[in-house]
Amino acid sequence: MTIEKVGLDAAALKAQFPLLSRTINGRRMVYLDSANTSQKPDTVIDAISDYYRNTNANVHRGSYQIAHEATEALEGARAKVASFINAPSTSEVVFSKNATESLNLVAQSWGRKNLREGDTVVLTELEHHANIVPWQMLREAIGIELRWIPITDEGKLDLSDLDRLLDGASLVCVSAMSNVLGTLNPISDIATRAHAAGALVLADASQYVPHLPTDVQTLGADFVAFTAHKMCAPTGIGVLWAREELLEDMPPFLGGGEMILQVTKEGYTTNDLPWKFEAGTPPIAEAVGLGAAIDFLSELGMKNVRAHEVALTAYALRTLSERFGDDIKIFGPSEPAERGGVLSFTYRDVHPHDVAQVLDQQNVCVRAGHHCAKPLMQRLGVGSTTRASLYLYNDESDIDVLSDSLAEAGDMFTF
Amino acid sequence: MPGLEDLYREIILDHYRNPRNRGELETPPARRAEGFNPLCGDEVVIYLETDGDLITDLKIGGQGCSISQSSASMMSAAVKGMTVDEAQNITRVFKAMMSIHESGLDGDGGDEDLQIDDEVSLGDLEALRGVVRFPVRIKCATLSWNTLLDAIDGH
Ligand SMILES: Cc1ncc(COP(=O)(O)O)c(C=O)c1O
Repeated sequence: MTIEKVGLDAAALKAQFPLLSRTINGRRMVYLDSANTSQKPDTVIDAISDYYRNTNANVHRGSYQIAHEATEALEGARAKVASFINAPSTSEVVFSKNATESLNLVAQSWGRKNLREGDTVVLTELEHHANIVPWQMLREAIGIELRWIPITDEGKLDLSDLDRLLDGASLVCVSAMSNVLGTLNPISDIATRAHAAGALVLADASQYVPHLPTDVQTLGADFVAFTAHKMCAPTGIGVLWAREELLEDMPPFLGGGEMILQVTKEGYTTNDLPWKFEAGTPPIAEAVGLGAAIDFLSELGMKNVRAHEVALTAYALRTLSERFGDDIKIFGPSEPAERGGVLSFTYRDVHPHDVAQVLDQQNVCVRAGHHCAKPLMQRLGVGSTTRASLYLYNDESDIDVLSDSLAEAGDMFTF
Repeated sequence: MPGLEDLYREIILDHYRNPRNRGELETPPARRAEGFNPLCGDEVVIYLETDGDLITDLKIGGQGCSISQSSASMMSAAVKGMTVDEAQNITRVFKAMMSIHESGLDGDGGDEDLQIDDEVSLGDLEALRGVVRFPVRIKCATLSWNTLLDAIDGH
């Protein structure tokens, strides 16, 4: 009998993340920076350690038992990723170093092959620098044009002028969820309109895949990039998913071992997908860790993860605005169902760096700064914000400590 | 672990609350330099006016946290009226104070063995000494000083 699990037991979950039981100066960890990187559960840490203890060998090139096992482990992790995002085929799942590298891969490989001077790439005002700078670099290199989808005051994409922005465009680069505002962007609507206008869509799903059930076949984007370390997995590995015919047509990104079939003094031929895009020894242990993280998340159920975060986001929005009223300004959509658990805010005129410092004294980990989204900061009219971001192991008690610590920062900086 | 009172000394909060020499100067004759803290997006703009070797006026613009703002304010008060040489010298001394513990930040009570140029008195700026115990904030404290050097060099 299968029982549909409802809700998450955050206390039990916290216990599975060893770092969360660390205390500093007698205070427990209140980790509210998962949009930056997530903590790792025992199962992931153990899988990596077990891999190095029992399996470690290079992949795709050894003729002995452990080399075969290591290759199986790497390719097994790829199959887990494919099924986690409902990719039609494992050959569409390319491992990279992180989301940044995945996005650069699209710009450098697809972009250089398909774009010419004067061609247009459409970005949005709420992109992370990782989905801006690669396109600016391409603009410098080959003279493409960039257009920007603006945002509304509530922090949603303003699509009222989309048709004009799409006119003649080749590609739309849009994050599935903002790492600053939490806004969930309507990727499939944008994709439908972009495709009708003859443009492809690249979704930066770095903040999406860790928090919501993901199905690349219904999402509608042609390229989807994400990074493992924000989804309970280790650093050092990211993913690019793209439709097979696109990948087939793209030239390799980096050259070296693994990505070739044949090399002579005259030239080379490229390997099959996805290895064509994986030059050099891949992040094997990291892939194993990612596979374990996917097992962990799948066991919980991504629907449950999402439901937990919506409820906790609602609690956080309510708690903070009831307690601090006009003293706090929380950016992004006010409706929890329309957003992820990323709460960027300004508090009175206390500088975010000072807020974060006072919070750190209580062992509350938040991020203060521009969150690698400077164009968005300019649009919001702030230099920086404090950002508290939630994940499956957070609960209401974490929000309560945040709230109390914030009040303390207020006292300290009341002049 | 150092307490917040080591960081947020009264004099620092005073300069944060009532920053000295805020504003702009006409360029030219003043020189303008900008500094950024890429970590947090803080920004300082310095307008520097000199007469021969003498710093006759200095104004500060931009925005930032209590540490970067108070450090800029104290810097402005300290170097106005100095010669360019003296300003470079006190900058060196200040930056030495900000980096002296960088290799051994965990050691407590290391303040006493501070060996810096005795000729130069830091005055109020001594209050910023606690910042070295909060390594991520050192860049906030040194931002305006590095920008001052840029302004002097005419960048
Ligand atoms: C929306 C978004 N895109 C891209 C990235 C870059 O991720 P990484 O640094 O792992 O490449 C991040 C994380 O910082 C992000 O939040």
